[in-house]
Amino acid sequence: MELLSGGEMLVRALHESGVEYIYGYPGGSLLHVYDALYKQSAVKHVLVRHEQAAAHMADGYARATGKPGVVMVTSGPGATNTITGIATAYTDSIPMVVISGQVMSYLVGDDAFQETDMLGLSRPIVKHSFAVRRPEDIPEIVAKAFHIASTGRPGPVVIDIPKDMTMPNERYEYAYPQKVKLRSYTPPQRGHSGQIKKAVELMLAAKRPIIYAGGGVILDRSSDKLRALVDRLNFPCTNTLMGLGSYPGTAERFLGMLGMHGTYEANMAMHHADVVIAIGARFDDRVTNATSKFCPDAKIIHIDIDPSSISKTIVADVPIVGPVGNVLDEMVALLDESKETPDAEAIAAWWKQINEWRPRHAMRYEKNDNGLMKPQEVIEAMWTATKGDAYVTSDVGQHQMFAAQYYKFDKPNRWINSGGLGTMGFGFPAAMGIKMNFPEEMVVCVTGEGSIQMNIQELSTCLQYGIPVKILCLNNGSLGMVRQWQDMNYEGRHSHSYMESLPDFIKLVEAYGHVGMRVETRDQLPQALEDTFGKYNGRLVFLDVAVDPEEHVYPMQVPAGSMRDMWLSKTERT
Amino acid sequence: MRHIISILLENEPGALSRVIGLFAQRGYNIETLTVAPTEDKTLSRLTMTTYGDDRKIEQITKQLNKLIEVVKLVDLSEGPHIERELMLIKVKALGAQRAEIKRTADIFRGQIVDVSASVYTIQLTGTTDKLEAFIEAIGTGCVLETVRTGVSGISRGEKILSL
Repeated sequence: MELLSGGEMLVRALHESGVEYIYGYPGGSLLHVYDALYKQSAVKHVLVRHEQAAAHMADGYARATGKPGVVMVTSGPGATNTITGIATAYTDSIPMVVISGQVMSYLVGDDAFQETDMLGLSRPIVKHSFAVRRPEDIPEIVAKAFHIASTGRPGPVVIDIPKDMTMPNERYEYAYPQKVKLRSYTPPQRGHSGQIKKAVELMLAAKRPIIYAGGGVILDRSSDKLRALVDRLNFPCTNTLMGLGSYPGTAERFLGMLGMHGTYEANMAMHHADVVIAIGARFDDRVTNATSKFCPDAKIIHIDIDPSSISKTIVADVPIVGPVGNVLDEMVALLDESKETPDAEAIAAWWKQINEWRPRHAMRYEKNDNGLMKPQEVIEAMWTATKGDAYVTSDVGQHQMFAAQYYKFDKPNRWINSGGLGTMGFGFPAAMGIKMNFPEEMVVCVTGEGSIQMNIQELSTCLQYGIPVKILCLNNGSLGMVRQWQDMNYEGRHSHSYMESLPDFIKLVEAYGHVGMRVETRDQLPQALEDTFGKYNGRLVFLDVAVDPEEHVYPMQVPAGSMRDMWLSKTERT
Repeated sequence: MRHIISILLENEPGALSRVIGLFAQRGYNIETLTVAPTEDKTLSRLTMTTYGDDRKIEQITKQLNKLIEVVKLVDLSEGPHIERELMLIKVKALGAQRAEIKRTADIFRGQIVDVSASVYTIQLTGTTDKLEAFIEAIGTGCVLETVRTGVSGISRGEKILSL
C-alpha cells in the first residue's frame, strides 16, 4: 500500500472525491497541505482575495453543477472569514466541504496564534463537522464529508485539520474507502407509497389546485419531472425565489413567483386554492406571509427530503418524506395507472378565474420620459440581450427581486442567489465559481452598488485567472430595499441607506485590468449590452447602470397579512 | 406537556455539544439532561426532559434525528416507562430535628450517607415528583444544598432502545 503524508492524503482524497477546484487561501496551519497541492496537478486551486468569497465561489459552483463546492482556509481568521459563506450555503441547502486548518493539536485550547474554535463557531450552520485526530483517518473523513454534504438534504460540512496531522515526513498507508457507511445517517431513498397514493387521490379530486415548487426541485435535478406532472394535470404552477427555473418561466401554466414580491395571480391562486402541492419548498415566511391566514381553504400536500421541514410552520395534511424526483416519478406512474382523471370542468373554471386575475398585471412599471431608466427595464433588456439563456447570480435587495421578477428563467440552475440567508456580497464570487466551470456560458452578476462593494476585491482574482464574468450594477446610489422600507414604514427617513462616496467603478475595474462602462440613459443601454456580450466577450465587463432611485419593488405583500393582501403599486392595494 | 427523550448518541467528542447547541439555537428548553457511555463504548445514552406541545416535541425530535451523531431516539413518555432521578441533599440536623429527618428519610427510602455534628447528607432516588415531595416534607428551611442528576429513564417490559 502507498505511504503518504497527511497533507498528501488530503489532496489525494479530495481528488478521489471528484474535486476539480478548490477555492482557498493559504496560511500557517495549512502550509503542508499547500505544498502537497503544489506537487500535483489533478486538483486545481483558485486563490481568492477574501475567504468569504471562496465560500461563495464554491457555493456558486455547487449550485450550477450540483457537485459539492470545496473551500480551503487556514486557522483563525481564515476560518472565521468563511462563516457567512457557510451560513449562506446552509440556509439554501447547498453541498459544500470546507477544510479549515487548525493549530498544532497540542496547542489547541491554549489560545495559540491564529487559533479559533472553528467547529464550535460553525456548529449551528453546518450539516456536520469533523475534527481530524489521527492522520490515517483523513481519507475516510473526506469520503464521509462528501457523502454527507451531497446526499439527503445537502449542506455544508467542515473538516478541521490540526497542522501536525499533515506533517510531510510522517507517512501512513493511504486507502480511500470504497463505500461510506454511517450507522446513524440514512437519508430516505423514496417516499411512502401509501402517502403518495393519498396525495394523488387528493390531486385528482381537487377543484382549485396549485403546485408550489421550491429549490428542492432544483437541488434534486427534477425539473423535467415537475414539468411532466404540471403539464399532465394541467394545474397552475408557481415557484419560490429558490425554485425559479424549475418550471419554465415563459410557460403558460406558470403563474410567476409567489410570496412577498410574487405576482398577483400566484398569490391569489394560493389564497383561494383547495389543494396546495408543495414540492421541495419549506413554507418560508417570505412565502406564507402570516401563517394564521395562509391558504385558509387548502389541504396541504408537502414533499420534502427533510422531515423536519414538514409541518414546521404549516401543518401538512399529506406529508411525504423523500427525494422530490423519486416521489414525482411515482406520482406520474400512479396517474398513468389510475382510471381517474382530474376534474376537467373544475380545472377549466379554475383557469378561467386565474386568467381573470392575470390582467391585473402586477408586474408593471412606468418608464421615465427623461431617459433615466427603471431597474426593471434594464433587467428586461438584459434578458433580451442574453436570450434568456444566461446564468444569473444576484446579491440581495431590490436588484435581486427585479432580476427574479423580470428575467424569465426557463431552465433550472440558472438563477443563483442567496435566497435563505440574504447575503450581500454573494453574487460576484458565485458568478466566478460558475464561470470557471462553464467557460462557454454567459454568466451575469446582477448587483447593486452596495452589494458589489462587499466582495469587490475579487476583481483581482478574476484578473489572475481570467474569469470573464459580467457585472450588471443597478446603481441607484442607495441601499434600495432598505430605502424602500424606510419610505413605506419610516416616513421616508433614509437612515444610513444611501451610499455616499461611491467610487468611480469604471476606473476601479480598469485598475484591475477589466472593462468598465457607465450607462446613464436608456439609449446607451443596447450598445453597452451588445459590447458586453459581443466585443468584450472574453473580458470581465462591469456595467455601471444608473437607475431611478425612487423606484420600489412591487408587488409587495402587506406585512402580517394573507397571501392576497398586497401593494400592487405605491397607491394601489388589493 | 413534559416529555422524556432518550437518545443513543455516538460517543464522540463534540456530539453532546451538538445536541445542546441545537436546543439553544432553536429556542427549545432543556429541563434536565443526563448522559453517560453505555455497555457499548461507542455509544452514549442521553436522557433529556423538556416541555412542549405535540407540535414542538415533534419538531424537537425531528431536529435531533437530523444530527449525524444521533443513532436512535425515542420519546419515553409515549409509553409505559420507569424514570428515576438521584438527589444528594444536605440538611441542617440539630437536636430533636435529627430524629425527625431520619424518620422522613426512611419513609422516602432515602439513605443518610454522611453525618456531622449538625448536618445530614441524604441520598434519595425516585421520580422528580418524589424528590420534590421529600424537600417539601422536611421543609425548605433546613435545606443547605441539593444536587440532582436529572432524569434517567427506560421503557418498561420488552421494549428496548438499542441498535
